Amino acid sequence: MDFVFILQTMKTLLAAVPMTLALFFLSIFFGGLLALLIVWMRVAKNPILSNFAKGYIFVFRGSPLLIQMFLVFYGLGQFGFIRYSFLWPFLREPFVCAVLSLALCTAGYTAEIFRSGLRAVPVKEIEAARSIGMSGFLLVRRIIGPIAFRHALPAYSTEIVMMVKSTALASLVTVWEVTGVAQRLISQTYRTMEVFLCAAAIYLILNFVILQAMALLEHRLSQHRRAAPRLS
Amino acid sequence: MVHEHSIEPATATVNRLSVRNIRKKFGSLEVLRGISLEAHDGDVISILGSSGSGKSTFLRCINLLEIADDGEIWVDGEHINMIKKHGRNVPASSKQVDHIRAELGMVFQSFNLWSHMTILQNVIEGPVHVLKRPRAECIAEAEALLEKVGIAEKRHAYPAHLSGGQQQRAAIARSLAMKPKVMLFDEPTSALDPELVGEVLRVMRSLAEEGMTMLVVTHEMNFARDVSNRVVFMREGQIDCTGAPAEMFSGESSPAFRQFIGNFRG
Repeated sequence: MDFVFILQTMKTLLAAVPMTLALFFLSIFFGGLLALLIVWMRVAKNPILSNFAKGYIFVFRGSPLLIQMFLVFYGLGQFGFIRYSFLWPFLREPFVCAVLSLALCTAGYTAEIFRSGLRAVPVKEIEAARSIGMSGFLLVRRIIGPIAFRHALPAYSTEIVMMVKSTALASLVTVWEVTGVAQRLISQTYRTMEVFLCAAAIYLILNFVILQAMALLEHRLSQHRRAAPRLS
Repeated sequence: MVHEHSIEPATATVNRLSVRNIRKKFGSLEVLRGISLEAHDGDVISILGSSGSGKSTFLRCINLLEIADDGEIWVDGEHINMIKKHGRNVPASSKQVDHIRAELGMVFQSFNLWSHMTILQNVIEGPVHVLKRPRAECIAEAEALLEKVGIAEKRHAYPAHLSGGQQQRAAIARSLAMKPKVMLFDEPTSALDPELVGEVLRVMRSLAEEGMTMLVVTHEMNFARDVSNRVVFMREGQIDCTGAPAEMFSGESSPAFRQFIGNFRG
């Protein structure tokens, strides 16, 4: 085993981790915000809003993320009104395109996860909140949101882990994150096994840390479901 | 357009609660068929009736968890404004709805505590976030209330860790923390094991003795007879008969009520 090569490879790949993390955090952040909007539309009484949300979720969950990313990266430039708009300086950047398509896609999944959380909120607890004069945003912020989030958390951590792995697709639109850098190394060295094993190890470590953090959060937020602490 | 009955009754100002001619339909089912009721300061009114007689719906119409199709409600002299939409009442102002609900304490059959909050958090939630009062002050008051209902040592426990009776007492404390003008109890002991009923009734009895205005939907005949100063018997969405408990239970009531309490004696 060529430890010097592996060490060198690791060093090169680790330098690309900030890019992978940037893709991940930005797409989770914007995807999460968009998911809140989509889920709000999805549960709205207005049929136009709820059908739009249904359509959005269907399209972004039903088609391959890679194709979505290609459409954003290669496709948008075909339209003159986009190429000549103020958005173009942003949209021609591979990084922006990757974050955009990752966020759009995860928003579809996350919206459904949040909706399942919402459905699990007991009507009686909402009624109790209404009966003391809560309504609107206060009701969502204090009662519905926290309960729904707790129910959604296990499924949401799965989605988050999926997103860490999905950032690898950004390599195909020329973003130099971990997988992209790995492929470049392979094309220079032809040592597929070592390089990809190093890359896989990096993703495993990232996901291990993220899963630990999510488990800790879940533990902290589910005290009410565990047995009562002993007093003695 | 002003309807004749929407003019505030002369007595409404002294009443904690006035209800005039409430009607409610669920689909084609007429659940409430014209109910009127006045509660003066310190009144404890027990509402009895067999299941399906509309008792719970009546209570839920008062704090606007259901909106009555027709009728008028005053809470502490304040008229709840309604507008007509497709021939049915709709609250004119959601702000007033919140404000009225904050003035009415509601205790539910199945407690409905917020499961993700500790007992203390449950009790201070309303005062801190709805009434926007200083947190430290609310905590001090909440602890006094929990002391009063006898579960002070449970204040950092979660609802799931409490017995039904303790949960219901916590729910009563949560309602009291809003300093309500009227307390509404919707079968507060019906979901409890028989041996836990007493502790909840004791709390309710002491509230009554302190002069709290209370409307209690209940099947506890002893509470209705001994604690309340008025009994209302509902039947098929109407008030069948009403009166002081002494008169009602001694036989000066309707045949339907006599039959109803006869069923309880077995």
